[in-house]
Amino acid sequence: MPMDSNAVISEIRKNFMLESIKNGKRLDGRPLDEYREIKITENFIPKSAGSAMVELGNTKVVAGLKIEQGEPFDDTPDNGVMLLNIELLPMAFPTFESGPPSEQAIEYSRVVDRGIRESKMIDTSKLVIESGKNVWMIFVDIDVLNYDGNIIDACTLAAVTALKNAVIPGSKLGEKDFKLPVNATPVAVTMWKLGDELICDASLEEEQVSTGRITVTISEDNNIHAMQKGEIGEFSLEEIQKAIKTSSNIGNKLREKYFR
Amino acid sequence: MESNIKLITDDGLRLDGRALNEMRPIKIQTGVVEKADGSAYIEWGANKIIAAVYVREAYPKHAQNIDRAIVKARYNMSGYSVEERKRPGPDRRTMEISKVVTEALESTIVLEKLPRAEVDVFIQVLEADAGTRIASLTTASVAVADAGVPMRDMVVGCTAGKAGGKIVLDLSKDEDNFGEADIPMAILPRTKKIVLLQLDGNVSQEEFDEATSMMMNAIPRISEIQRNALMSKYNVEEGE
Repeated sequence: MPMDSNAVISEIRKNFMLESIKNGKRLDGRPLDEYREIKITENFIPKSAGSAMVELGNTKVVAGLKIEQGEPFDDTPDNGVMLLNIELLPMAFPTFESGPPSEQAIEYSRVVDRGIRESKMIDTSKLVIESGKNVWMIFVDIDVLNYDGNIIDACTLAAVTALKNAVIPGSKLGEKDFKLPVNATPVAVTMWKLGDELICDASLEEEQVSTGRITVTISEDNNIHAMQKGEIGEFSLEEIQKAIKTSSNIGNKLREKYFR
Repeated sequence: MESNIKLITDDGLRLDGRALNEMRPIKIQTGVVEKADGSAYIEWGANKIIAAVYVREAYPKHAQNIDRAIVKARYNMSGYSVEERKRPGPDRRTMEISKVVTEALESTIVLEKLPRAEVDVFIQVLEADAGTRIASLTTASVAVADAGVPMRDMVVGCTAGKAGGKIVLDLSKDEDNFGEADIPMAILPRTKKIVLLQLDGNVSQEEFDEATSMMMNAIPRISEIQRNALMSKYNVEEGE
């Protein structure tokens, strides 16, 4: 997680925070597993092939798709391609810099990508124009505009929303535009360890105090499609099992609310 | 990637003849890079990986932590280590692996014992055959111990996954490529705390529990191989 001058949190505040969490309530009044207000703006960028802006409290991300024709990879001639990239823009946080992607940005991108890819949300075999020669390539670009914690969940929500709205520009081939066929709705739920408790949707300050992060991505088949333990710190097997249960419950709720 | 390869044969064994919960053979040797402060080499099945550790004052000075050490692990693959030539230098996959391996090592090194220091862990994958990240971490933690860096425990890595509909231990290359899921995990054997965990693929929650308990059972054996590797180095010197 990024650190800035505010990351030097006084022991008094830190202890107050941990004590409060131990009693089941966070400093902003939320229960341990409650998300901040989620606002999803679909089709935020009409020029894109599909897009969404997601606000998770003060965290703000935009996902936009471009769908173009291209050559498939040599080892998968009968599959289209999806590429996903997260930019942690320098405007999003005082210590972020422009330039090549940081390790953090790469890790986040790969975790979000894995959840979507492994849930088989997109059937890439339906994206072939000519076997081995020409396929649809889906570029998912996600920009983090403001970093206030829990980027993985916000970016997954944004990417999944954008993909669900995506239109393939078949008209470029003299055919009709058609909706990107999607088969699943993966939801990533990331939890942080504070003291002996696991909390969902950490704010920046909570991330900075935490000792360990675990992401579990589950789709409506109730199976696990991606997991990632991140940051320094350790978890017991029981904590991991608890995280899976929590992810499953919250995933169901979020799907019900935002992806009906 | 879907495939019609049958990963589990009719007699319930895997393509390489292993039982579902059988590991590939593991050999670890320490003191293989003379210039380094600590080093270790592992052969894990067909994986061949070497790790070397340098402990030194962090440079540049402004990068130092006045109260604890910085850890930097760098996972790197040789061009000839895989089927098709790997272009040298970091890519997105190796950068992610470097990050999770660094974080796992940071979780076990007693950082506050080495203020202003940098623990550089160089991992070179000479031959890759599935499970390189946990084989790297397993050998890197022996190399860190070999360098005399204070640690809470030596990290042990292991993978399990799903192939041909069955939960299997220590995925082979075919099972990794054509199987349904891959779960690398690393723990501190003394406390059983998890310091690295990733998953990709498709497993039910029950299958996940089966996979983790399979790995938990295998970890003491790998831990013993690590400890023997460290001890054998000193036995030799004892005889002299």
